[in-house]
Amino acid sequence: MASLDDLKKRISSVKSTQKITKAMKMVAAAKLRKAQEGAEKGRPYSDKMNNIILNLSKNIFGKENTPKLLSGSGDNKVHLCVVLTSDRGLCGGFNTNIIKKAKSYFQKILDEGKTLKIITVGSKGFEQLKRFYGDKIIERISFKESKNVNYFDADKVGRIIIEKFQKGEFDICAIFYNQFKNVISQIPQEQQIIPLVSNEKDEAQVEENYEFEPEEDEILSNLLPKNISTQIFKAMLENSASEQGSRMSAMDNATRNAGEMVDKLTIEYNRSRQAAITKELIEIISGAESL
Amino acid sequence: METEFKLEIVSPEKSFFSNEKVKEVVVPAFEGEMGILKDHISIISFLKPGIIKVVLKDGEESFYVDDGIMEFKDNLLSILSSSIFNTKKIDKNFVETSIKDAESNLASKELSDQNRFLENEKIEVLKSISSN
Repeated sequence: MASLDDLKKRISSVKSTQKITKAMKMVAAAKLRKAQEGAEKGRPYSDKMNNIILNLSKNIFGKENTPKLLSGSGDNKVHLCVVLTSDRGLCGGFNTNIIKKAKSYFQKILDEGKTLKIITVGSKGFEQLKRFYGDKIIERISFKESKNVNYFDADKVGRIIIEKFQKGEFDICAIFYNQFKNVISQIPQEQQIIPLVSNEKDEAQVEENYEFEPEEDEILSNLLPKNISTQIFKAMLENSASEQGSRMSAMDNATRNAGEMVDKLTIEYNRSRQAAITKELIEIISGAESL
Repeated sequence: METEFKLEIVSPEKSFFSNEKVKEVVVPAFEGEMGILKDHISIISFLKPGIIKVVLKDGEESFYVDDGIMEFKDNLLSILSSSIFNTKKIDKNFVETSIKDAESNLASKELSDQNRFLENEKIEVLKSISSN
């Protein structure tokens, strides 16, 4: 059994760890509220954007001069995957979940004999992917300096993607991020952004004849690059809310575990102290008896 | 007769401006300024750099936009813009750097005619703001 001194040291070290995790939990909770608000406020923009594009694409569908960003390059050999992760650790399974999702997608692509290219956003994703897919990573982006998620950063990523698409460096682009559901559950998502796929439930809403100014295809070719930035921005907002949520629950668990550990160690400490006292008493009594 | 309709201006970060009772909105559409009243036909258009003028029941609001999209449908006007500012609260420094950026863009030779036109518009509008 460890000596009394050792136990005492361990108790105090666990206690100070607990203090840190507790503080981190509080900070994450405060940041979460802000991030969640941001994610909710950002939704109308991306929803409206989506709606307009759906209306437009319905009108333009089947015409010859459909922009490439909508119809795709007509091939599906080269896949570009944009993996959005956090820049900081200690947030539970947040990054691991995205990476897991991304890796299974990568494997599928590679098994089909297609080419894979990866862009990582956030340094944690790069660290986890570089061992197995280091040679596939063509770009790594990190926004460690930006305090909050902002549209400007998302636009930068969007521009890089579009530039690469126009150069014909890939055919299909998908982004990976965590969707924020609530504090204890974040769902890793895979979303294809080039070519644009519309889910069927949205289709029902499309009706109406619009007047366009300028022509549909011109609007669309201007709008689609913006939409990509918007989608990435949405993913980043969801991601940041998820990150804080995940960190909050991870730190909550850690605080609780530390508490349990302190209790256990305290009992052990008390027992061994009592044992030492009893031992001394027995020694004194038996010494007195023998006289 | 009711002459009011709903206006929503959203930026990627938040809902920027929203009012249920708007009488008229003048937007800097791509092919010229456009005034929108109630029961306008459904329309989707692009915005060029310029001023959005909103006429309310009691007074007026005006916003500067760099770019954006507008959609009008069922008496709901939605304006999406990634860079929008209330002209009363706009930062003077921002105006000046924007003018400088636009001027340096104009100096480069590769600019297409369309972009050249847009940059010129932008400078003009920004200058009119800063002189007020």
